[in-house]
Order: sequence, then C-alpha cells, then structure tokens
Amino acid sequence: MVPKIIFEGILWGGIYALVAMGFSLQYGVARVLNLAHGEFIMFAAFSSLSLYVLFGISPLFSLVIVSLGLGIIGFLLHSTLFRRLLRSSPSSAAFESSSLLAAFGLLFLIQAVAKIIWPGLPWRVTFLAYPITILGVQVLVNQVVALSFAIAIALAFYFFLARTRMGKAIRAAAEDRATARFMGINTNRVLALCFGLGAALAGFAGVLYSMCYSVSTTMGMDQTLMAIIVVVLGGLGSIPGAFIGGMILGIISQILNWTEPVLAMPAFYVIFIILLLVRPTGIMGKR
Amino acid sequence: MNIATFTSKRFLVPGVLVLIVVLLATAPLYTRPGTVPLMTTILMYVILAVSWTMFSGPTGYISLASAAFFGVGIYTSALLFKQEAELLPLPAVILIGGLVASCFAIIVGLATLRLRGIYFTMFSFGLLELARRLIQYYEFNITGTRGRYVATIGVDTAYYLMLAVVVATLLTAYLIMRSRYGLAMQGIGKGEEAAEHMGVNTTAVKVITFAISAFFMGATGALVATRWLYIDPTIAFNLNYSFLPLLMAIVGGVGQLYGPVIGAFAFAYLRYALVSIAPYYFMLIFGGIMVVVVVFLPGGLASLIERGRHRLGGVTAKLWKGGQAEQHANT
Repeated sequence: MVPKIIFEGILWGGIYALVAMGFSLQYGVARVLNLAHGEFIMFAAFSSLSLYVLFGISPLFSLVIVSLGLGIIGFLLHSTLFRRLLRSSPSSAAFESSSLLAAFGLLFLIQAVAKIIWPGLPWRVTFLAYPITILGVQVLVNQVVALSFAIAIALAFYFFLARTRMGKAIRAAAEDRATARFMGINTNRVLALCFGLGAALAGFAGVLYSMCYSVSTTMGMDQTLMAIIVVVLGGLGSIPGAFIGGMILGIISQILNWTEPVLAMPAFYVIFIILLLVRPTGIMGKR
Repeated sequence: MNIATFTSKRFLVPGVLVLIVVLLATAPLYTRPGTVPLMTTILMYVILAVSWTMFSGPTGYISLASAAFFGVGIYTSALLFKQEAELLPLPAVILIGGLVASCFAIIVGLATLRLRGIYFTMFSFGLLELARRLIQYYEFNITGTRGRYVATIGVDTAYYLMLAVVVATLLTAYLIMRSRYGLAMQGIGKGEEAAEHMGVNTTAVKVITFAISAFFMGATGALVATRWLYIDPTIAFNLNYSFLPLLMAIVGGVGQLYGPVIGAFAFAYLRYALVSIAPYYFMLIFGGIMVVVVVFLPGGLASLIERGRHRLGGVTAKLWKGGQAEQHANT
C-alpha cells in the first residue's frame, strides 16, 4: 500500500508542480496574481476531453494543441488587458491589486463559458486505463504517462529559463523591469510571453489531469488554491521552489487522503500559516 | 435665493437619505407580496459590499474571506437560535454572531495583516475552505450529524432587522471614513511605509478595521440564517458570498460610500432577475462587467456619477451667473 500512495503522491506532485510553476511565473515576472489560473486548467482539461470524444484526437496530441492555444490566449490577454492596466497604474502595488481584480473577473467569465459549453455532471474518459506493474507496484498506464510528461515538461521549462537567451531576458525582467528595459529587452513582450507561458503550463497540467481523473467545471478553484499553497511553500516567484513544493504537497496530500481526507485542506493551512509566520519567502525564496 | 443652496450637500444629502430610509421602512405596507424578501436579500448584499469596502477599499488589501465571516455568523445563529428552545432573543444572537466573526477576524488579521497585501489575499482566498472543512470534520466525526435547523422568523421582522443592520453599517462606514482611522487607512493604501513613518500603528489600524468589517458580515449571517430554515457547511460557507460583494463594490466604486450600495442594488437585482432564466449567463455578464470596469473605469459607477455631478454643478453655476448678468443688463 505504501509504495502505491507514494507513487500517487508523486503523480499529483507532478501536476501540482506544473500548476504552481505557471502561477509562480505569472506572478513572479508579470506581477499578476492570476486567480483565474485554475480556470485555465479546467478549460484545458475539458477541451482535451472534448477533442478526444468528438474527433478521437489522442490526449497526448492535444497536449500540444490545447497548451499552444491557451498560451496564445494568455499572450493576447496580457498584451491587451494587463498591459493597459500596467500603463494606467501609478505604482506597482496599484497594478498588483488592479490586475488581481481583472483576473478575478476572468475567473467568473471563464467559469461561466465552461458551464455553458459543458453543463452537467463531471466528465471522466478512460484513456490507456490498463494496469501494469512497475517495481512491484500496480499502477495504470495513463498515470505513468502523465507523470513522465509532467516531469519532462517541468525539466524542459527549467532549462528554458536557465539556459536560453529568452530565459535570461525573463529572469532579468523579473529581477528589475526598468533596468532590463534599459538593457534593450522588450519588456512588454517578455511580460506577455510569461503570462502566455503560465497559461500554457496550465494547459499541460489540465490535459494531464484529464487523462487520469474526472473533471468538473468547479475544479478550477481547488487548483488555484493548491497553486497558492504550493507557491507560498516554495517561495513566490521561484520556479525550482514551485517544483519542490508541488512534490512535497502532492505526497503529503496522498498520505492524508489515505488516512483522513477531510483534514487534508486544514493540514495544508497549518503548513501555510506556520510558513507565513516563520519564513514568508518560502523554502527556496530570496530575502 | 441661490440655486446652489439646494444642490449643496448640506441640505440635499441628509434630506434624500431620510427620504430613502422612510421609503424603505414603510416598504412592507405598500409593496406587492414577494418584494419584501427580495429587498431583504438586496439589503444583505448592501451590508456585505459596504463592509467589504470598509476595510479593503481604502487600504487596498483585497479580502476574499467575506463568506467565511458570513458563515461564522450563520453557524452562531444555528447554535443559539434553535427551533426547540430559543436560547436567546434574536437581536442578541445577531450581536453575538457579529462578535464571534470579529474575534475570528482578529486572529486571522494578527497572523496575516503584518505581511504584504498579496499574501493576505492569498490567505483569505482559502480561509473559507478551511472553515468549511473544519466544521464538516467536526460535524461528521464528533457530533455525527450533518447540517442543522434554525428557527424561523417572519418576513417583515427579518426585513426590519436587516434594515437596522444596514443603517448601522452605513453609519459606521461613514464615521470611520471621516475619522483619523479612515485617514490612516488611506495612508496605508497610498504608501504603507510612509504611513508607518508618520506614526501610524499600521497593523493595529488594519486589524481593528478588519474586525469591524467582519462584525457586520457575521451579524448579517446570523440574521439571514433565520430565513433559511436549514443550513449545512456547504450552504453556510458558499464562495459566492465572498465573490459577489467584491464584484458589487468594485463595479459600484470604492471611492465613495454610496458606490458599493449602488453596485449591490444593481447586481443583486440583476442576479434575482437572471438566476432562474439563465443561471450561467449572469455569471458571464458579471465577469464581463468586472473586467471592463477594472480596465476602463477604475473608480466604478460612483466615479461616473461624481463626474456627472461636477459637470452638472458647473452648468447650473453658469446658468445662475448668466441669469444674474442678464438682470444686470436689464436694470
């Protein structure tokens, strides 16, 4: 039983990590606390299932289509809505609260659209749902596939940020936007790209989630809540922190789910409060 | 006679306010049946939106925890105001509901209001979920029940009590706005470090106002529970009671006291009119309006009204001056 719980925990951890990395990127660089992040995940999950049911497109293929689509939507959202807010805000604190409110409006919008398109009960589609045994643990193939994709995407994303020129530009813009601009970085494009990348990561997480679990139009809120807790655990704006935090919470959540499911959320909250009081910058955050 | 005397705030505003209160107080006498419950609901949203604005408006600390305090009020009422034996009279229950919510707010505030606004928002987002799960756990594992029945009161009684709470909320919000506290909070919103250097004990100001705003949310919850007959954690701790007041306040405009009131009236009515015909389209409309207001009209509807009033003031002044000049020319 224990290896099984650990495996499920790592799987959940991988999904949480993707969710939190997108959320962290959107706040860390673009300074938008995207309360609608979970709704993007929900939207991606339903889109992937619809493509599978209607056209028979494999979720592995829609992983690319859906994320690309969401990424473009995110990019456009930032370059229209949030850029305008950024220009009209007197200070960065003012932008943080007004962008939060705009994201809150988006939460309502996206959820309403999803409820109109996909009304009714939660969806569940069986995809590659046959068991195999790895290291003596019996698991489902779709779970193994989802986990390996989650880790691969997270690693690819980390190396994109750490090694490429664009990644350097993103890190520079996160550090100090004004100076980055003086160095010849098109910060407007970088910020929009980050928001788009965050949305694309939500897309990956949503599609992988829909491969293994049932999805409902109200699942977005829980995802956002998880993202918030993971990001506070790992440090707001830190990408490795989001990954490690996601893994830790994934495993803890599965252990708690097995022993006392109702107490999982309160337990996270206790962690959350202790962290806020002891180390508000998170385990990987900078002072 | 000067036309400006009538348009000046000194006579006009108190006069209109008294008229509105009288009209609202006599409403059960002449309205159709069914209107009073609707108006009670609208007034409930007015309280939630105004008390949300009381704290979050000037300070800019966006709270998503209204529903948690509202739910605490509901549960307090369910514990104290039972069908079989009414332990306490209703006004006392309302008061206690508010006080319990305040205490809860003080604990939460002390833990989170020292930190930056963004952490506070993130924390408040999940507070509701925490309260709901804890009560669920308690009911399921310790008392072995789910949900409770609350004694009911008449439609008109509920309406009058709600109206009283509305008046109390608006008065408190007005007094806070005009006091040193209000000024200190605006300072926190504009620049927290600067306010601290000016000698404002920012944490104390924030925690106290947060507790006061929670008081009214809890009191409303305690009152509303008596109209709902049955409550359980999912009904009492509903996310909508966090989200809708915020939406109403922002769209109405947090800069003026009447902003959230207008927002609450408009949205509560819109929700009532649309929720049975098109339950999801109304969410779509709300979300759309929210985004449009945040981007294009940061002051909300109230800023439109203020702008209109200034223009109108200018026009009447010009007319008055023009008339005087004409008289001079005639003589």
